[in-house]
Amino acid sequence: MKTDKIEFEDIPGTYLFNADRSKAGYHLNMFCMSLLKHDNREAFRADEAAYLDRFPMTEEQRRTVLERDWLGMIKTGGNIYYTAKLGATDGKSFQYIAGKMAGVSEKEYADMMLAGGRSIENNRSKSDPGQNG
Amino acid sequence: MAKIIGGVATSHVPAIGAAIDLGKTGEDYWKPLFDGYIPSKKWMADTKPDVVILVYNDHATAFSLELIPTFAIGVADEFPPADEGWGPREVPVVKGHSDLAWHLAESLILDEFDMTMVNNMPVDHGLTVPLNLMCGQPEEWPCPVIPLAVNVVQYPPPTGKRCFDLGRAIRRAVESFDQDLNIVVFGTGGMSHQLHGERAGLINKDFDTRFLDDLTADPERLIALPHIEYVREAGSEGIEMVMWLIMRGALSDDAKEVYRFYHVPGSNTAVGNIILEN
Repeated sequence: MKTDKIEFEDIPGTYLFNADRSKAGYHLNMFCMSLLKHDNREAFRADEAAYLDRFPMTEEQRRTVLERDWLGMIKTGGNIYYTAKLGATDGKSFQYIAGKMAGVSEKEYADMMLAGGRSIENNRSKSDPGQNG
Repeated sequence: MAKIIGGVATSHVPAIGAAIDLGKTGEDYWKPLFDGYIPSKKWMADTKPDVVILVYNDHATAFSLELIPTFAIGVADEFPPADEGWGPREVPVVKGHSDLAWHLAESLILDEFDMTMVNNMPVDHGLTVPLNLMCGQPEEWPCPVIPLAVNVVQYPPPTGKRCFDLGRAIRRAVESFDQDLNIVVFGTGGMSHQLHGERAGLINKDFDTRFLDDLTADPERLIALPHIEYVREAGSEGIEMVMWLIMRGALSDDAKEVYRFYHVPGSNTAVGNIILEN
């Protein structure tokens, strides 16, 4: 693996949208992109599984969409600016999605942000204390 | 001759747009943020630029994974507000400045910055939220705006040095335009924030403060910052701050800071605003 890639992958809880993830996530992200059109949002809401058949994504990616596994979408190549369009279709905010990915409630997440956000201390490297590295 | 008289950097959080659109700017959560922009709006109204060159990033709206231009300049007469998934924002259509935009495109390409030229480009919150923050909610935007979109979604974005050098080239191009126009350059995005993964919500006030300081005190340090530093220290989406360096490059070496504001949180994001004058 290239040195810079090792450095990026060492950042905890972070999935840099690089070439590998972009390749893996293309159809998942383009599904999300399709939701920018009103008619597509309606078709998706009417029958989610049937609508997803239009996009040749993996079974695991389909599952993450149908179950709204927001972190799973990111791990299988989703990019937040795309998956947020699924969030918008559901009427969910960035903060809601962020809370889900971070494993806390929307309220807990909002409170953390009001208190100044997540600290950088011990959040730089997977080898930092408290990380599962 | 056209000239650049000032530069503005500001965050462009979508929730700020929603707060404006839903009339929530006076609520406890949002009031401190909008109050911080009152002097900025006054500066903008007093400065009265003839044209704004607005550096921003498209958030998978006009562009998608189908086509990812690193630098794209809007050369059309107008740019409609985009539908980002809940219908277009009810903000004025953005009027361009086609003559200057084409001049910039030609000059920049001949100056070895290979711009993508775009006629059909709906503009998302990345462009309209900064206009709201600096101009309020007018019936029409106060001047023409030339959108300059930078890829910061697909890794790798352009380097900080490349962005700064593009700013320099924009200054040269503006100064070779034969109309007397006063121009303000906006660099938008940032500051520290991370929107995805278990580390979502990251804020690094120390990084942001030093970044604001060094825009005037030590731009060379910022130009040399590698991407890994932004991603690790300022969050994966904090890398948007490379766009501020395009604005910085467009201003003179001895540009002065005339206003600064910093506030946490704007939804998921550390909100920063700085104004520089030549």
